[in-house]
Amino acid sequence: MARKQSTNKKIIVTILAWAIGLAMFFPIFWTAVAAFKTESDAYTLPQNWLSTPWTLENFGIVQDRSNYGLYIRNTIIIALLSTLLGLAFAIPAAWSMAFAPVQKPSIAWSGKRWLATIFGTAFIVGLVLYAMNWDLTNHAVIGFVALVIVTLPVTLWVFSRNTTDALLWMLSTKMMPPAGALIPIYLIFNRNGLVFKDWGWVDLTEWNLIDSFWGMVPLMMLLNLPIIIWMLYTYFKEIPGEILEASRMDGASVWNELTKVLMPMAVPGIVSTCLLNLILAWNEAFWTLNLTNKYAAPLSFMISEYSSPEGQFWAKLSAASLMAIVPILIVGWFSQRQLVRGLTFGAVK
Amino acid sequence: MGTITLKQVRKAFGDAVIIPGADLEIREGEFIVFVGPSGCGKSTLLRLIAGLEDVTSGSISIDGKDVTEAPPSERGLAMVFQSYALYPHMSVRDNIAFPLKMHKVPQGEIDAAVSKAAAKLNLTDYLERKPRQLSGGQRQRVAIGRAIVREPTAFLFDEPLSNLDAALRVNMRVEIMQMHEDMKATMIYVTHDQVEAMTMADRIVVLNRGHIEQVGSPLELYNKPNSLFVAGFIGSPKMNFVEGNTIGVRPEHIALSDKKGDWQGTVKLAEHLGSDTFLHIDGGARGQLTVRASGESNFGPGTKLWMTPEKDRIHRFNKEGRAIR
Repeated sequence: MARKQSTNKKIIVTILAWAIGLAMFFPIFWTAVAAFKTESDAYTLPQNWLSTPWTLENFGIVQDRSNYGLYIRNTIIIALLSTLLGLAFAIPAAWSMAFAPVQKPSIAWSGKRWLATIFGTAFIVGLVLYAMNWDLTNHAVIGFVALVIVTLPVTLWVFSRNTTDALLWMLSTKMMPPAGALIPIYLIFNRNGLVFKDWGWVDLTEWNLIDSFWGMVPLMMLLNLPIIIWMLYTYFKEIPGEILEASRMDGASVWNELTKVLMPMAVPGIVSTCLLNLILAWNEAFWTLNLTNKYAAPLSFMISEYSSPEGQFWAKLSAASLMAIVPILIVGWFSQRQLVRGLTFGAVK
Repeated sequence: MGTITLKQVRKAFGDAVIIPGADLEIREGEFIVFVGPSGCGKSTLLRLIAGLEDVTSGSISIDGKDVTEAPPSERGLAMVFQSYALYPHMSVRDNIAFPLKMHKVPQGEIDAAVSKAAAKLNLTDYLERKPRQLSGGQRQRVAIGRAIVREPTAFLFDEPLSNLDAALRVNMRVEIMQMHEDMKATMIYVTHDQVEAMTMADRIVVLNRGHIEQVGSPLELYNKPNSLFVAGFIGSPKMNFVEGNTIGVRPEHIALSDKKGDWQGTVKLAEHLGSDTFLHIDGGARGQLTVRASGESNFGPGTKLWMTPEKDRIHRFNKEGRAIR
């Protein structure tokens, strides 16, 4: 009786899973089909799903109108470099969080102390300025003062957290709507956003990060850094700390401990982190659409070119989308197992 | 080479004091055992010497050089961990060679040293295997091989035998003692097993709640325990305490008679080991007593008998649990 019930349950769950799976796959299927139709066929409702004259002309038009080679090159550069740069920061960060976590910070700042710290900093900075008779009309000085008043409390805050708090704080940055940060980031990227261009010792008159790899690669890296650190952290947690201690006893430097012991042991984790990050960077559209337009524009920008004021060109849009997603789809297909493990953040063994 | 001196070494994690202040002088070539119940701070003390934990205050010096602030790699010590801590992605050969590679020893010398260590530990046939393809005992040997290959100032062992089965444990114990005999190197060995401590040590350090209770040779501790704690911890079966814990007598120092004696009791249980018999005796007001009788004892459960402790083998303790001599 119980057995039969569980079989029934299994059937229901299976049907439900397939239904959800198909529903999620359907748009991709539609895109794939529409890419091979003529523009008018693609637009017809109800759709003639599989009984239209098939054509490859959309791909030709997309290749003619936009330089696919350039876009895919840019996408690969941004995705690859941001992933590598991210790993360079995340591996040491996750290593220290996993193996030397701060349980109880040595300085505990809270409430009144915080207010005192911030006002105290501002007061002392003001005192120094007054004593040195600095000219506040000099813009560089204002910038410097602002920097001190912001960085000092932030630094204190970071050093007065335990590791768990710091990890959660990092993850919380992913919950902020990106649109909220767009304008400040745009202004930082754009030379016109910099109020003080000539600091005397450094001249930023030519500063411009918009539509450049110098801007996009670090930005994409920072966007995904919390996720990379989290994933690596959970993978590193599974490695016994005694093995790293043994390497220290054996005379390994920090560099050797990381490259000869920790990283070879964490290869599966690092690979799946890389894959997930590549996919995230590949699919990213918000920042790339807003901050690039030509030289550093990736595939997401190419797709958006086909939704124009003259109307939606469904077939061409689909063809462009297909061309954009096929490479990463193939990568994802061959690395499904690592990805599933990565997406669960290493929670399931 | 191989003297280690601890001066007022203190370790605290926040408010939790693990070791309130330890003074210890470890001599050259000595086999010293840290023993105590779990949570007594013996492993922490070893890790402080190794440099894997930072001391809160106090100083540690090795061969007269202050290493309190030095990282583990600069202390010239080798450690064998309870979990063996082998590098799972490396072959046995690479595991043993790793310390030498880290110290930039030329490849020729590495090969020679690895072969020598492998031959000594019967690992020559397993050099190309990965740790997961080895048995527990073999893994233990690899861990020891990794420690001896670079001829360190001193060896640190953190409960190295506790993951092995009983028979293997006795074999490895003898092998480690033989190794010490051959190498004459300073060895510090942490265990919770007082039998291991008694059989292996030149000197034993008994720890209780982070305090060093007593330091001495195994027989010193057995014959002249400083405190109730040491008296109860060293020796098996445990020492009998009577008269409100002020008098202690070891089970082997009580003579039995069916006619006369000092204390009367009834046998509750007899454990026959062949060579000895342990009698668990209900001593009335004196409580439960254990007596070791040589060979096969005729006293069965229910027998009433008389016990006489050997006068010069009685240990006396004051109210604070300190020995009175």
